[in-house]
Amino acid sequence: MTQHTITSPAFKENARAALNNTQLQRALGNVEQGFIAKRSLAADALPEFDALRDNARDIKNHSLEHLDLYLEAYEAKVIETGGHVHWAQTAEDARGIVLDICRKVDAKIVTKSKSMITEEIGLNDFLEKSGIAPIETDLGEYIIQLRGEAPSHIIAPAVHVNKDEVEEAFRKAHDYLPGNRELEEPEQLLDEARRVLRAKYFEADIGITGANFLVAETGTSIVVTNEGNADLTQTLPRIHVVIASIEKIVPTLEDSAQILRVLARSATGQESSVYTTFSTGPRRPDDPDGPDQYHVILLDNGRSAMLGTEFQEMLRCIRCGACMNHCPVYHAVGGHAYGWVYPGPMGAVLTPSLIGVDKSGHLPNASTFCGRCESVCPMRIPLPKMMRHWREREFERGLNPATARYGLKFWAYFAKRPRLYHFAAAFGLPLLAFFGGRKRRLRKLPFAGGWTRHRDLPAPQTKSFLQQWQKHEARRRGGRT
Amino acid sequence: MSGREAILGKVRNALAANGSASDRQQVVTERLETAPKGIVPARGKLKPAQRVALFRSMAEQVSCTVRQVKKRDTIPRAVMEYLRSKNLPAALRMGDDRRLTRLPWADFHTLDIKTGPSDGDDLSGISYASGGIAETGTVMLQSGSDNPTTINFLPEHHIVVVDAKDIAGDLETLYAKLRRKFGRGGMPRVVNLITGPSRSGDVEQKIVLGAHGPRAVHIIIVDA
Ligand code: SF4
Repeated sequence: MTQHTITSPAFKENARAALNNTQLQRALGNVEQGFIAKRSLAADALPEFDALRDNARDIKNHSLEHLDLYLEAYEAKVIETGGHVHWAQTAEDARGIVLDICRKVDAKIVTKSKSMITEEIGLNDFLEKSGIAPIETDLGEYIIQLRGEAPSHIIAPAVHVNKDEVEEAFRKAHDYLPGNRELEEPEQLLDEARRVLRAKYFEADIGITGANFLVAETGTSIVVTNEGNADLTQTLPRIHVVIASIEKIVPTLEDSAQILRVLARSATGQESSVYTTFSTGPRRPDDPDGPDQYHVILLDNGRSAMLGTEFQEMLRCIRCGACMNHCPVYHAVGGHAYGWVYPGPMGAVLTPSLIGVDKSGHLPNASTFCGRCESVCPMRIPLPKMMRHWREREFERGLNPATARYGLKFWAYFAKRPRLYHFAAAFGLPLLAFFGGRKRRLRKLPFAGGWTRHRDLPAPQTKSFLQQWQKHEARRRGGRT
Repeated sequence: MSGREAILGKVRNALAANGSASDRQQVVTERLETAPKGIVPARGKLKPAQRVALFRSMAEQVSCTVRQVKKRDTIPRAVMEYLRSKNLPAALRMGDDRRLTRLPWADFHTLDIKTGPSDGDDLSGISYASGGIAETGTVMLQSGSDNPTTINFLPEHHIVVVDAKDIAGDLETLYAKLRRKFGRGGMPRVVNLITGPSRSGDVEQKIVLGAHGPRAVHIIIVDA
């Protein structure tokens, strides 16, 4: 069973546990090594990449500014092609709609392709409690479903798991297979999952997928995968249910082509994902295969409340995962520490919007403000700025711990008094440099053990930036310091 | 109040400041009617022969195997050679696309041909693509009885035939073709863009071919 208890309030404790978890730390090495290099190669191989990012941003901005109208246009097209559209204000509404569809055909088994939205609404737990078996078909999702875990990454849900742990989970779950089979290598593990899940696609009454895009022009849902699991999930059962949040809308097919070009490159460094599938309505008269019913559930769950606020831009997110792949905090603690469905920088901005900043106030603070997330985000979402917005809101509401409030006030007092600030900085910096020693890395810092236990803080130069700049300028003007 | 009205109401209220209702509607209608193209990468803008060469090399980069033949008539021979080279039984699943069914399959009397959607027991299947995309080495397939969708995903080996003249530089060109065929706003039930055999990187980020879809994709380009 997937766990969906929110543990975001315990971010600090989660992070501490993650840093001391050697299995996890080994697995996290794969994120830092793999994704970053692949993305940068793919971005460099397409001269138009940055221009496409600008265009992708503009397309989503336009769609969001006219969201009501595009939603109506999309709905009309889905109905015209024989599909059903359901509107869900909350997670509970969405779960209820899924259950209704299941009950009508007395569904026992539901196959699912990877969908963050179904994680957000806690669908698997709910279906199980209602006597319906949800089967995850994406290999990563299948692994964590067997392990009873939540995903730790939005595109690589089992990135925190090592292969010996996958083997252990498979041996336990597939105990009807010969115990002496070889199951050490990724190839063998994938092969076994392929065989086990192949049977499930045929048994399932309903297939549930997410959507990367909903196209208003044609009433089409687009889903992108590498495994082909979404295709078997939606082609073989009698009913295909798409669950998507309202901001997935784009106006036209052409708009989807623009964003598709930045999606795969940013996510996995591929020029294109293996499967990009456009689905429009149920089986037609000349179709020998495909589902008899096609349903779309449009989920709001807090998105409409982000429109018209300083968080509207977050609705451009296409869930590529680049921000977490490039985030030093994510590299250090992994996805589970964030305590809910969405980890990393995008989670630090989105989670407070969806579940409340009172429960997730630590997340926007779990940032070094290095800016790498924004620099790689294909949709050019100003993630650090938005984290700062949350910090400000939190501060206004008095949700910060007293020490942080005190520290900020203390800093503000000096910041408003430039001379005093310079004096204090000149006095404070040599002290830090003293702890840093000659290597200029601070391994221990009084009062900040929580930070330096697991990473080195670069020691500052002994002269503040302002002092150095003044010196540099003076030198440039004629050698007088 | 229904969920629909509640959600649309909230969205409308949040966006109310963005101009008059009729202006906004006009912007949307225009966008849906004109479908502006945006930025189409220069990579695919090539003369036909170079375009086919690019398609081929991009497809090979994503682990497809590619073969080029002069005429449609030679497809059965190319298929047999592929099956033999992979030690596969002489059996093939296909839909009722006449570009496939009319070929001289009878020349190979050992070949067992099944028509209709795949039932999951086929090792090899063949489809006729409605187009190719040179930019990414992608083939496009459309649902229907001529090329049933299950053939794209259930067999272990997927053989895809594409006419050289249908290989476009970019996805936008194929969208335009779909519009001509299905009318503005129309689409076949399913359009599959396929770029290589299925794969997964979910165990320790190591890419392994043959996840849930085909383990191998063999493309046959037909010149004329
Ligand atoms: S915020 Fe940007 S980088 Fe992060 S997942 Fe969303 S689109 Fe990708």
